[in-house]
Amino acid sequence: MDLNIFWFVTLGVLLAGYAVLDGFDLGVGILHPLAKNDYERRIFLNSIGPFWDGNEVWLVTFGGALFAAFPDAYATAFSGFYLPFMLLLCALIFRAVSIEFRSKHEAKIWRKFWDWSFCGASILATFLFGVAVGNCLNGILVGSDKEYAGNVFNLLNFYSAVIGILAVTTFAMHGSIYLYLKVEGDLKQRVHRWIWHTFGCFLVCYIFATIYTLVSVPRAIHNFEHHPWLWGIVIINVFAIGNIPRAVFLQRPGYAFLSSSLTLIAFTALFGAALFPNLITSSLSPEFSLTIYNASSSEKTLGIMQIIAFCGMPFVISYTAIIYWVFRGKVKLGKFSY
Amino acid sequence: MEEIFTALMLARLQFALTIMFHYLFPPLSIGLGLILVITEGVYLKTKNPLYEKITKFWVKIFAANFAMGVASGIVMEFQFGTNWATYSRFVGDIFGSALAAEGIFAFFLESGFLAILVFGWDRVSPKMHFFSTLMVCLGSMFSAVWIIIANAWMQTPAGYHIVGEGMHAKAVIDDFWVMVFNPSSMRMLFHAIIGCWLMGAFFIMSISAWYVLKKKHLDVAKKSFVIGLILAFISSLAAAGSGHFLAEKVAETQPAKLAAMEGHYITGTEGAPLYLFGIPNSERQTVEYGIKIPGGLSFLLYGDFKKTIAGLDQFKPEDRPPVGITFQMYHLMISLGTYMLLLTSISLILLKRNKLFESKFMMKIYCISVLAPVLANQAGWIATETGRQPWIVYGLMRTPDGLSKSVKANEILTSIIMFTLIYILLFLVWIFVIHNKVKHGPDESLHEK
Repeated sequence: MDLNIFWFVTLGVLLAGYAVLDGFDLGVGILHPLAKNDYERRIFLNSIGPFWDGNEVWLVTFGGALFAAFPDAYATAFSGFYLPFMLLLCALIFRAVSIEFRSKHEAKIWRKFWDWSFCGASILATFLFGVAVGNCLNGILVGSDKEYAGNVFNLLNFYSAVIGILAVTTFAMHGSIYLYLKVEGDLKQRVHRWIWHTFGCFLVCYIFATIYTLVSVPRAIHNFEHHPWLWGIVIINVFAIGNIPRAVFLQRPGYAFLSSSLTLIAFTALFGAALFPNLITSSLSPEFSLTIYNASSSEKTLGIMQIIAFCGMPFVISYTAIIYWVFRGKVKLGKFSY
Repeated sequence: MEEIFTALMLARLQFALTIMFHYLFPPLSIGLGLILVITEGVYLKTKNPLYEKITKFWVKIFAANFAMGVASGIVMEFQFGTNWATYSRFVGDIFGSALAAEGIFAFFLESGFLAILVFGWDRVSPKMHFFSTLMVCLGSMFSAVWIIIANAWMQTPAGYHIVGEGMHAKAVIDDFWVMVFNPSSMRMLFHAIIGCWLMGAFFIMSISAWYVLKKKHLDVAKKSFVIGLILAFISSLAAAGSGHFLAEKVAETQPAKLAAMEGHYITGTEGAPLYLFGIPNSERQTVEYGIKIPGGLSFLLYGDFKKTIAGLDQFKPEDRPPVGITFQMYHLMISLGTYMLLLTSISLILLKRNKLFESKFMMKIYCISVLAPVLANQAGWIATETGRQPWIVYGLMRTPDGLSKSVKANEILTSIIMFTLIYILLFLVWIFVIHNKVKHGPDESLHEK
């Protein structure tokens, strides 16, 4: 495997890590208004309390790694998606401070404000991730100078919006399964019902988005012709999705959570398979596309970064494991809670 | 009007705004992180519950501050791509790897162990908790390490070669370690970290002094204050020393910046003076209303009052940094540093004589003195960055050439307005939350529901 492919795969791993981990806390944010009272809302916040910050680091590291490994793709995507990215940044800011500040003051209006800001920011961030993925699949107006040549309205097309909505329903489902693992009693029974609703919404969006993609983005399965093993990902994906209702029905929420995590990993893999070897597909002409070769850093930097990744990632995975282990079990509100 | 609102000016304005806002929080996290390690370390050693109380109190404030640092930091990372895409293409090979290293080595460490630091008191052993505090402190410093390396490389590029020409030119790495240990990175790093410690120390002294004035939580306040005072005194001394070593390096590697910082226009034939303050006038090429030590700059840099130092006249007009702002910010930083050194020295003497906490005047001074390190850190940063102009990467790429080509002025203006409003809101909220925490005081954790 050459270094360019290594970094393409590594970025995929970081993205999948982000989707699985931040996916559930974004999902909790999307479901936040369904909590009935202040106690339940605090349970929701504290279910993700020790984790959300570390989860977001996967995105930050993805950004840094994209910058280092494929600076041209980083530059084109971020300057091209300028306003959506600024909105995304605002959403991420509001989410972070809503979680942190909500419980710092008793007043009702204070808590209401941060509740809605938390939910709104979670939905907006998730939707915008989906829109970004949709645009990447669809291709954007990139010229021969590697610069984005369109405007913001070209980015808000119907296809990308569909992928955006799919993202929201996926994370809502993922988040509801996570909550089911973390809460107890009456709330648990209600969360159990939400799983069926969110799963239903997800399934409808998933089927629609899949058909839409096959019809309007033929490039998405271009690689599948030469590498038939890629169909394996599709099969894993379908089985993982199918296993979610089965596991929920069998009262095995941990198993359901693994299945929805696997679904997200498979989605990321399919996204990568659809793009490869492009990072940014030009809708003007295939030769203007930014690939893992014409947009990459030097061989030397990719090599150094590989060493950095090999040194750092074992630690990262260990801390993540330690944190999830320390905070395992049901959420209990204590004196250190949000 | 149109002249002012070019995409370039707006992008620069946005960068200044977002980085100055961001730079309020990480220094405080780094400073408070060190203080938490000290207080919890003392607790672990002495088992004195007072230190546990002190640690838990500052952890709460630390957490609120940390969230602001993370939230505003995400903007910084992505802004290189959004506003400075051409710069990102040019330096991706080098700057990008430092950012990625920051993510892998620092952010995961901090954010992971932060969870245990804040929520883990009942879940892990005291030793494991202390270890987490230590890791958060280390993580925040690692983060500074990589960011400063990246910035220092923009000041004194090393370990690279340029491939391609004109529009397609790129800096490509030759030697990673030469890039990391470029001529200014270590000196900048020490100076910046010390600035962060000053910030943490003065922050807890300010709140403690307020408690002393109000005669509340005296046990926590006095102990915290003394820890802060000792740290602040050592850091002020170290800031002066490290600042001096940094200035020497700037004189060697970025003479135009040094000349701008000192308002040194004309090279002349004798030693360069050191201005205590003044107003540089670029049209008349002189510093007006100034008080100067003749030959002082030459003496500081070379130990010789007579040695000539290159003035701005040695550089082409288009290569000269803006003098006024660089000069004033640099001098503001030095004045504040001197102020902090004097204040902490006097306070130590008073403390020895048991008169410090009796002096209402001193306590009032400390309440507001938290602004000194805040302003000094900001001013130092501004002097460093404006002094590098007109280069975005010193000697290699000019700032206007680094701008994103596909971004339009009105888009940047929209985002500036959006961020300004959000930042004002968040800043007020942050002040409100910290104020609330301080008002409740350290006993809060004992009877909170």
